[in-house]
Amino acid sequence: MRKFLIKLRQTLFGDSARAFGTLGIVMLLSMAVVPLRDQLREWSPYQNQYLKMIGGRADAVSLRRRFESGIHQIYNPKLGVVDRCTTCHTGMQEASLRNVSLQPLNAHPPIPHRLQDFGCVICHRGQGAATSVEEAHHSSRASEQPMLPARYVESSCGQCHLDRSPGTPSLNTGRNLLASYGCVRCHVVTLPDGAKITPTDDPPELTHIAEKTTREWVYGWLKSPQSYSATATMPNYQFKDDELRDISAFLVPQSPTPASAPPLAPAPPDAATLQAGASLYGESFCASCHAVQNAAGLMVGGNVGPELTRIGMKAKPAWLAKWIGNPKVYDPGTEMPHYRFDEKQIALITGFLGSKTDSDWMSGIHLDAPTNQQIARGKQLVSASGCTSCHVIDGLPKSENFAPELTVVGSLPLVKALFKPGMDHSLPAYIEAKIREPRSLGPGLKMPQFSLSPAQVQALTTALLAQTDRARTLPPSMRVAGVYPTPYEPAGEAGRLMRDLNCFTCHAINGHGGDMAPDLTWEGTSVQRVWLFKFMKNPNTLRPALIRRMPKFNLDDHEANVITDYLMTVYQTPAFDRDETVTHADKAEAENGRQLFYSKYACQSCHIVDPKQDKGYIGPTLTAVGSRMNAAWIFHWLKGPAALRARTLEPNWSMSDTDARELTAFLVAQKGQSAKMGNKP
Amino acid sequence: MLTALMILCLGCVKHGPPSAAAAKGNGAAIVEVSGGNQIAAAGAVLEQPLVVQVNDAKGAPVASAAVTLHDAQGTTFQPNSGLTGADGQFATIATLGAQAGRYQILATAKDTGGKTVDLRLPEIALSYEATIGRHLSDYYCSRCHDQESSAERVSNYDNLIEKPHAFTDGAFLNRISDSDLTAIITHGGPAVGKPAEMPPYGATLHKSDIEALVAWIRAAADPPYQQKEIVYAQP
Repeated sequence: MRKFLIKLRQTLFGDSARAFGTLGIVMLLSMAVVPLRDQLREWSPYQNQYLKMIGGRADAVSLRRRFESGIHQIYNPKLGVVDRCTTCHTGMQEASLRNVSLQPLNAHPPIPHRLQDFGCVICHRGQGAATSVEEAHHSSRASEQPMLPARYVESSCGQCHLDRSPGTPSLNTGRNLLASYGCVRCHVVTLPDGAKITPTDDPPELTHIAEKTTREWVYGWLKSPQSYSATATMPNYQFKDDELRDISAFLVPQSPTPASAPPLAPAPPDAATLQAGASLYGESFCASCHAVQNAAGLMVGGNVGPELTRIGMKAKPAWLAKWIGNPKVYDPGTEMPHYRFDEKQIALITGFLGSKTDSDWMSGIHLDAPTNQQIARGKQLVSASGCTSCHVIDGLPKSENFAPELTVVGSLPLVKALFKPGMDHSLPAYIEAKIREPRSLGPGLKMPQFSLSPAQVQALTTALLAQTDRARTLPPSMRVAGVYPTPYEPAGEAGRLMRDLNCFTCHAINGHGGDMAPDLTWEGTSVQRVWLFKFMKNPNTLRPALIRRMPKFNLDDHEANVITDYLMTVYQTPAFDRDETVTHADKAEAENGRQLFYSKYACQSCHIVDPKQDKGYIGPTLTAVGSRMNAAWIFHWLKGPAALRARTLEPNWSMSDTDARELTAFLVAQKGQSAKMGNKP
Repeated sequence: MLTALMILCLGCVKHGPPSAAAAKGNGAAIVEVSGGNQIAAAGAVLEQPLVVQVNDAKGAPVASAAVTLHDAQGTTFQPNSGLTGADGQFATIATLGAQAGRYQILATAKDTGGKTVDLRLPEIALSYEATIGRHLSDYYCSRCHDQESSAERVSNYDNLIEKPHAFTDGAFLNRISDSDLTAIITHGGPAVGKPAEMPPYGATLHKSDIEALVAWIRAAADPPYQQKEIVYAQP
């Protein structure tokens, strides 16, 4: 053996020429291994598979010409992107491969961004620089993130998009929920542009709670808010019975009893009174904002105000009467308008709402007079549970930052997260579990149990996963600005009236207000004064198909005049003059307009001019449009409706001036019945 | 003793994953209660839970029958198996796979002979483009194209002389090419010899919006739309 080795050494390295030759051969062999090693890489079979697949296609030549073997990379230093995902996901940018449903070879579905601009991990996360399947997709090292499950992919849009893009429904819902379920009252969430998400819910002040409701109701409500009202956003704190006893003892008697004794509860109304109350409730369009659960279990009505299915169990009649009389006295910030009801009307509505009860709901609750010790413990519990993050409570300071800030929760290192056994060890799973069952993750956790559907949990998780470190370090030029309400407020007496009636709950003006009813920014250009005054006094129905309608506020002449004058004077478009002459409204023009209305543009599909034959009711009824709107507005509306009211359903017809003028002539001739009565303010 | 067993079984439904041994009920058929034919974005949670029911040969519900859902095409379930309750029903929450397209969710149970009975629930996962299209369609199109009327949203369908086609009407819409659909949306009904009741949206919507609407119409079609192969010139 030893001899053999010596001989081998002699043969290979005996003299310098032999040694040089041997080394040369070794070098050659090792150089041959390098390309061979590439053949053994994990991505190589995918590229071979890709070539095989495109080989059989009609566009094989083009596809093959664009294909290069080896590692592919998308590099964008501005975004810090080094993505090699397209090494295996070879066909990502080939539009003709969209029908192929073979991962990883198929094309990316169409999105508004180009892959070469953004790369892959900005949206899907994972490790872009990795070239092995496991490392790229599933890395769970503390400093790295695995890929995001597809259902949360919209969270990545949220790193730049602060607008409510229609392409990100789940993200938008999630951000709305963070605001409307009061999440941001305990947790601070700052968006990448530095704006804090502000709450949009309206938790009541509890200062005067004893006037409004009973201790028994508070007990039942805290035990399960959703058993009282299925749509309640108040979470369940899972208090034990003795805790409920003490908390209700602290909360309810603490309010000072009103100096004057409240009037006795009125006798239960008879059937006729009840019916009259129900009618008034309907006529006042309370259902535009408040929902009631019907016999079939369906919610009927809006969600601006609280659900009223069992309101008779909650609100004391005397309080209810006071509230309906003028809610602003009790809560100046409420969204409930101040209806100008008279005493009789208040009694009718109060009687009707008082009859909305549920004999089962509070039947099991019997509370003895509380001891001082119980009250003290109740106070302690209220304080420790963070109730004052949402509610104003006498004797307790408002708690600030009661829960951890969530501004960068989307980049939370997993070492900081608590997992229960059997749970998927990932950030999305952790956040989802925290939202779905917050207290299941460990003892002593304070976050209450919310009532959310699976889709809502997904939406909230999506919104929180968007709160990443990356979102804050991206170049600000990439950010798509959010649409925030302006602080616009109308001035003077009209402004005070408009706040008293809460016009802005439904209407928007200059970027401030709701979207339930038309934007009034240019209302003064649009309508005629005589009509507007009458509408203020008695809003009739312009859109018969709508369930949510303008309520009758019972304004007196002075109030109606003040608002009408303000709307007519202040809210005018600078684009054209309200009194501009656009048509001479002669018979021939109007007749041409009629032809255009009924044949070329088929306006009767959505509007009614002649109630006998027209049926469309998507748009407003036009039977009296000539006594409602100004000719200049109609003309410019027909020329470009979205320019006057963004997001209107009326399409842009690209109408010629002549067509628009003739249609205007036809429409201004529609004076309806009311014009003949000659009402004047 | 029997009660104790029942409690044990009910406990299984609520808590841990059921073992095959705990399954006592065997039915003859598995039927859908609700949750089929839903539409969601690819990879998203289906809004409504999937509820299936195991029935015996006479059609009466069977309690404590083992039901399994199969995660083909990347669909996941919470939970993916379990026992039917006293009403013979089993409910689960499904999350669709990441690929847009048609899904057939397979639910199985064992019959008395130990053979597998199955049920397929069709669901649709939308691509990003189709999601945008659905959103636009809800806003601009469905007031006329959707016959469904609710108190919140009254349909205009009945008021139209020529009745519009629902976007799910694959039998009709699948025969119209992408370019014709685009022309109708862009230029209105008269562009293809249809009435003016269908207005033009070319000056209201962007080109990409109209492409998204076509993608949505294709995604929602029933029967499903079969994309035509592109024919390339041979070199």
